[in-house]
Amino acid sequence: MVAIEVDNVTRIYQKYSARHRFKTFKSALVKGDLFRAMRPDELVTALDRISFQVKKGTTFGIIGENGSGKSTLLKIITGIAKPTSGKVSVKGKVSALIELGAGFHPEISGRENVYINGIMLGLSKKEIDQKFDEIVKFAQLEEFIDAPVKTYSSGMYMRLGFSIAINVNPDILLVDEVLAVGDASFVPKCLDRIDDFRRRKKTILFVSHDLTTVEKVCDRVAWLKEGRLQMIADPKRAIDAYLQDIAEKQEEDFEIRQREVEQKVKEEEEKEEKGEDRRENRWGKREIEITKVRMTSLRGEEKHVFSPDEGMKIKMDVSAKTRITDFVFGIGIFNSQGVRCYGTNTHSEDFEPQSIEGNGNVTYQVDRLNLINGTYYLDVAVHKRDGYPYDYHRGMYTFLVSSKYKDVGIARPAHAWFFSSSIQIKPSFSKSR
Amino acid sequence: MLRLLSNLRGLYKYRVLIQNLVSRELKARYRGTVLGFLWSFFNPLLLMIVYTLVFGFIIPARDPAFQGNPLIYAIFLFCGVLPWTWFSSSSIESANVLMVQGNLIKKILFPVEILPIVVVTSNFVHFVFGLPILFFFVLILIKKLTVYVFFLPLVILVQFVFSLGIALLVSSLTVHFRDIKDILSNLLTFWFFATPIIYPMTFITIRENRWLEMLLDLNPMTHIMQGYQNCVFYGEMIRWKRLGVTFLFALVLFILGYYIFDRLRDSFPEEV
Repeated sequence: MVAIEVDNVTRIYQKYSARHRFKTFKSALVKGDLFRAMRPDELVTALDRISFQVKKGTTFGIIGENGSGKSTLLKIITGIAKPTSGKVSVKGKVSALIELGAGFHPEISGRENVYINGIMLGLSKKEIDQKFDEIVKFAQLEEFIDAPVKTYSSGMYMRLGFSIAINVNPDILLVDEVLAVGDASFVPKCLDRIDDFRRRKKTILFVSHDLTTVEKVCDRVAWLKEGRLQMIADPKRAIDAYLQDIAEKQEEDFEIRQREVEQKVKEEEEKEEKGEDRRENRWGKREIEITKVRMTSLRGEEKHVFSPDEGMKIKMDVSAKTRITDFVFGIGIFNSQGVRCYGTNTHSEDFEPQSIEGNGNVTYQVDRLNLINGTYYLDVAVHKRDGYPYDYHRGMYTFLVSSKYKDVGIARPAHAWFFSSSIQIKPSFSKSR
Repeated sequence: MLRLLSNLRGLYKYRVLIQNLVSRELKARYRGTVLGFLWSFFNPLLLMIVYTLVFGFIIPARDPAFQGNPLIYAIFLFCGVLPWTWFSSSSIESANVLMVQGNLIKKILFPVEILPIVVVTSNFVHFVFGLPILFFFVLILIKKLTVYVFFLPLVILVQFVFSLGIALLVSSLTVHFRDIKDILSNLLTFWFFATPIIYPMTFITIRENRWLEMLLDLNPMTHIMQGYQNCVFYGEMIRWKRLGVTFLFALVLFILGYYIFDRLRDSFPEEV
C-alpha cells in the first residue's frame, strides 16, 4: 500500500529583484509600475517534476545539499505549500517535525502551550489530557512546565516541541533535520522513538544531513540535487552517489582556491621584484627554487580531495641556478589547528646529497594517507643541512580529507577490529547489502 | 461560495483552537502587569475621562440630550468609544497578524483565517469586560436602563460580522501591500470622527445639512453606533431597517473579505 504518492510535482517560485519589487503603494500607483513589477523577472524552479511513492510502513530518506528542495518537498507533502503543477496524495494523519515549537507563545506557560500546540497539530483536548504527563515526562520538563516558555533554554524549547509532535501519534511522520539541536542524551531518545515508529509499521519521511543516521534508519533514500530527483535507491547506493557528487564539487572549489593562491604568489613575486617586503609564507634566497608543487593520486591525476584509504603523491619541480652540493628536501603536513601531523625530510631519512643543477623534480609518495576528516596544509622546502633555507613554502598548498568515518585524533593508523564469537556486533555498512 | 461554506464548516472543527488562542491572547496581554485583566476596565475608563474633560468641560456639549451635564455626555461618549475601540483595535491588529504569526503559517498546516478571527474575538472579549462599567454608570447617572438593552446582542452581532469582514480583507491584503497598515491607522482616525461617537446624530449642524446627514448615513459604523446608543443611552427601540441593511452590508463585506482571503491563502507561506 502506498502512503505517500508524489506525482510529477513541480514548484516554481517567482523571484522579484529588489529593483523591480514594489514595496509600496506609492511606487505601484504613482509610477504606474504595478503591472511591470508584477511580472517576475526570474523564475526559480525549486522542484522539477518529482515523482516517487513511499510504501506504507517504510522509512524513506531524502538527502541533498542545502537549497536542493528538500524542505519545499516536505512542505508540499504536509500541504503548507502548494505545488505549481503535479499532485500529491497522502493517506493517513500526518505529523510534521519541521520546526519544533513553532507557535509557542513566549509569555504563557509550557502547560498552556502544550495544549495549544497539540490542538494545532490535530489532537483533541481530551487526547492531550491523556497524554499530557507523558509529553512532559519525555521532554524532561516536570519542574518547569508551569513557567512561561520565554524562560526556557533553546534545548528545553526543542524538547517540548519534539515531545508534543511525536505524541500526536500520526500515521505518517515527517522529520526535517530536527535532531541537529538536541543534546547528547536527548537525541538517542528521539531516535529510539523513531525506531519505535518503524517497529509499529508507520511511515516515516526522514530529511537529514546526518548521513550515518539516514543510512541506519531508512529503507529507501532519494537524492535531490537542484530540485531534481537524481536517484532513488537503497541507502548505501544513494549516499555513495551523493558523497561522490560532493567530492567532485569540493574538488572544483579547491581548484579555484588553488588558482587564487597561485595568482597571489605571482602578484607577490612581482612585488618582491620591486623590492617590497618579504612574504610571510615563502622565504629563502632561492639558490634552489621550488617552481611548482602538485598533489596527485597514485595514478598521477591532480586532485585535492582525498579519502583516508587513498594514496598521495606530492611532486615538486625544482631548479638550481648553479651547482649545489648541500641540499635537503622536506615536507610537512599540518591540520587546520596548526598541529604538525607529519614532517620529514631527506636528511632525517639519511639521504646523502651529491649535487643538483638545472631543472628536476622530486616526488614524495604515501601509499595510504591514513588521516582523519579535515583540511590540511602543506609545507614544502629545500634547505641546507644546517637549516639555511633556499626556498621555503609555508602552508601554501591545501588538501582535504573526506572520510566516512567519524574517528578523531590527528592521524588514522592502519588498524582492524576482532571479536570473539560471544560478541554480537556487525559493521553498519553491511546492513543494506 | 460553496467552498466558503465548506471552509466555514472546517472552521467549526477548530473551535477549540480558536477558544484556546483567544484565552492565550487574553492571558498573554496582561501577563506581568500589576493590575492584570483590570486593564480591560481601566483602559476604556481612562479614555472616557479624557474625552469627557475635553468635550465636556473645555468644549461644552451643546446637544439638549445631555442636559448640560458633562457626566451625562460622558456616558454617551462611552457608549460609542467602547465598541469603537473593539472595532479599531481588531482592524489594526489584524493588519499585522499574519506577519507576526508568520512562523506558524510557514510551519504548521491549519486554517489561517483563524488568526484574524482570534484577533476580532479577543478584542470582543475586552469589549465585553467594559460593558458592566457602562451599565454601572448608566444606572447611577441616568438612573434608567430600559428593556431595550436586550437588543444589544443584535447590534453586537452586526458589528462582529462587519469587523470580521474588515479583518479578513485587511489581513490578507496587507501581506502583499504592507502600506495598508499605515493607511489604515490614518483612515481609522478619520473614520472615528465620521461616525457619531463624540457627537449625536441629532446635533444641530447635522440636522441642518442634508448632505452631511446623508454622508454620515452611508457609513455603516454610524448605524452600528446608533444601535448601541439607542439600546443603552437613549433607552429606545433600535432602528430595524437601518440596522438590517447594515447587517446585509456587513455580510456582503464578510463574504468578499473571506473570498479574497481564500484566493490569497496560498501565497501567505511565501510572503509573510
